Amino acid sequence: MYKYDEIDQQIVDERVAQYRDQTRRYLAGELSEDEFRPLRLQNGLYIQRQAPMLRIAVPYGMLSSAQLRKLGDISKKYDKGYGHFSTRQNLQLNWPKLEDVPEILADLATVEMHAIQTSGNCIRNITTDQFVGVAPDEVIDPRAIAEIMRQWSTFHPEFALLPRKFKIAVSGTKNDRALVQAHDIGMEFYRDSNNQVAIKVWVGGGLGRTPILGTVIREHLEWQHALTYCEAIIRVYNLHGRRDNIYKARIKILVKALGIDEFRKQVDAEWAHLKDTDNTITEAELARVAQHFDAMPYENVQAHDAGFDAAVASNPAFAAWVRRCVHPHKQAGYRAVTLSLKPHGQAPGDISSEQMWTVADLADEYSFGELRSSHEQNLILADVKLSDLFALWEKARANGLASPNIGLLTDIICCPGGDFCSLANAKSIPIAKAIQMQFDNLDYLHDIGEIELNISGCMNACGHHHVGHIGILGVDKDGSEWYQVSIGGKQGNDASLGTVIGPSFSADEMPGVVQKLIEVYIQERTPEERFIDTVRRLGVAPFKAHVYAKNEVAA
Amino acid sequence: MSNLIKLNNGVASLVEDDWALVQLPATQVEERKQAGKVVLFKLTGEATVTEAQIADTVIPATGKIILPLSVFIARNSEIKDRIAQGEIGVWLATHELLENLTQQQTDLNALPIIAIFVERFADGRIFSLGNLLRTRFGFKNELRAFGDVLRDQLYFLKRSGFTSYLVRADRSAQEAIASLGDFTKPYQGAVDEPRPVFKRYNRGV
Ligand code: HEM
Ligand code: SF4
Repeated sequence: MYKYDEIDQQIVDERVAQYRDQTRRYLAGELSEDEFRPLRLQNGLYIQRQAPMLRIAVPYGMLSSAQLRKLGDISKKYDKGYGHFSTRQNLQLNWPKLEDVPEILADLATVEMHAIQTSGNCIRNITTDQFVGVAPDEVIDPRAIAEIMRQWSTFHPEFALLPRKFKIAVSGTKNDRALVQAHDIGMEFYRDSNNQVAIKVWVGGGLGRTPILGTVIREHLEWQHALTYCEAIIRVYNLHGRRDNIYKARIKILVKALGIDEFRKQVDAEWAHLKDTDNTITEAELARVAQHFDAMPYENVQAHDAGFDAAVASNPAFAAWVRRCVHPHKQAGYRAVTLSLKPHGQAPGDISSEQMWTVADLADEYSFGELRSSHEQNLILADVKLSDLFALWEKARANGLASPNIGLLTDIICCPGGDFCSLANAKSIPIAKAIQMQFDNLDYLHDIGEIELNISGCMNACGHHHVGHIGILGVDKDGSEWYQVSIGGKQGNDASLGTVIGPSFSADEMPGVVQKLIEVYIQERTPEERFIDTVRRLGVAPFKAHVYAKNEVAA
Repeated sequence: MSNLIKLNNGVASLVEDDWALVQLPATQVEERKQAGKVVLFKLTGEATVTEAQIADTVIPATGKIILPLSVFIARNSEIKDRIAQGEIGVWLATHELLENLTQQQTDLNALPIIAIFVERFADGRIFSLGNLLRTRFGFKNELRAFGDVLRDQLYFLKRSGFTSYLVRADRSAQEAIASLGDFTKPYQGAVDEPRPVFKRYNRGV
């Protein structure tokens, strides 16, 4: 992965000094609450219900074992001994003290980490597929360009105070796993007819209160122009995006208001001036950064391993884990492994300090000292030898990291919700836990098969409920907590937004509602259909009929 | 003491302000909210200047003055000579269109100063405006930020081409100067240093 040189290190160190002084001025009363807010937000510090929340950047989800170990230390020392991986691949601390944050940042800087631009109205952490670099369906590894874009976007002076936050995702696979269509800018890398690296650029996607999938603004962009083209887009947005209404301030609203054709025209007019200016990426820079993402020094091993096969055949628990948590790999004899942060009955994405240290050790022992976080809120060891899988599984299992539920109903994506977030209409974590307990039977879970369930505590959609096959949204009715259910959302190349099935439910009813949706699927499915396929074929009606049959609920 | 910071060959110091800022008189008319397409979209929520305001603006008869863009355009004939003598500057609010200025005044460098008024700290349009004035319209003279200007914008303002900063009156401009140097080696090319870090340093292969 990318290693800092003195220039990178200096910028992060200078940031610590700058933020230390900003905090000092705030505590000394030289900065008002309102003046400090944008400053702390640009550094990932929210003030929440219980305490501040600090969001630490994990650029495109890549972590070294040393970094994760340090995160374990930090969450032990400054927090309650755990952290939370978010749907944007970052790590959040729920209980740090505002006065401690400069120290936390200084600690992070010792392992080449920071919290720069993890919130606030600026260009945020750039996200990608958690299997980047190892996925068999990968055409281009976009990490080098993602890192170049990370550097370019860090303290970009022109885009320091945008109308609203700005999220960029990159992907270089046939099957999009990075949600490029749900971002302000999505970049899909491919090889063009001349075998050159090119980018298809999407703009104006986003979930939140007005969910919109992005539109293609440019089918073919040569990689050299990634920065200047983004500058053109973001300049048009910076100048003309709405600033009078926070709910209408995302770029998606501007693109909609202008129409994609007019928006493209304005972007092209800007780009005519910016194209080939100094921020154009050079071959040399790409090569310098790309070498940090060279393939691991894989051993030359067989595509099959007798010991592994035997263990799968004789140990059903191991076999179940392999089926769900082990993923194909470019390199023969290697696999990528997901360590589930979704054990039943626990907040999705939460991880204790001890588990962080364990995972760091596992990464050192089995996966070249690196790992990734996923937007599904799990951790991934990307380069594990087949022959090591059994030993890895035993250790992961002993530490509560081997729930064989990846991609299944209980691999729930969930925002912090009312337990932590002051914007919430309703709690989301207890709903996730209740559903996990309702479906705590592995055979049944495997029979239900692949399905995505997403929960957000309010329409800000941090839990991506719009793209969940089943989406659950917390709503407020006369001051009490209710849940609206939608089905048929999907991420990926054929992304879609879910349809609400009807009036909302109380918390107690939710596990039963999910149960009923599953019953319809089990009854109606064809042998090869996943839940989402059945929903797409049949539409919402039969699901709705069964859920609302007899036991009508007050809306 | 003056709260005006000025860059001179990259060195910042507090200086006395030799320009007088001319404001529009307050308006009686209701603020008009416009919504909709293309150009109008740009004006959403911002008050429009009225004819009466322009007519009622008092233009001091002598001295170096910075006029609101709308007055500069509408009453240009009154100030022609003074423009030639280098006594007239122009200020714009962040929602105003640079094209309106450049249509009126093709040679921007006849203006010794252009100033941009930023009403709220969080309004980052000022950075794009600075950048455009420098890189697109070739403006070479003093470019000033005033309004809700606080020390944590200064670094970004400098990188966006601004060379003077009128810090909000209730804050210490002397202390704010330090923030111009928050970062020594910025990553990306911008107005003050067009080359990105990978073109300035040999960062190895
Ligand atoms: C706990 C404090 C949090 C607060 C106050 C918060 C606030 C918000 C707000 C206001 C939005 C909507 C922005 C908009 O529509 O423009 C948003 C969106 C989002 N948040 Fe959070 N959030 C929090 C935690 C999280 C966490 C823990 C995650 C990940 C698990 C997360 C992931 C996201 C994502 C992915 C979106 C984007 C939806 C989109 O594309 O518009 N947030 N958040
Ligand atoms: S979706 Fe709403 S409740 Fe959940 S974290 Fe985001 S803002 Fe908070």
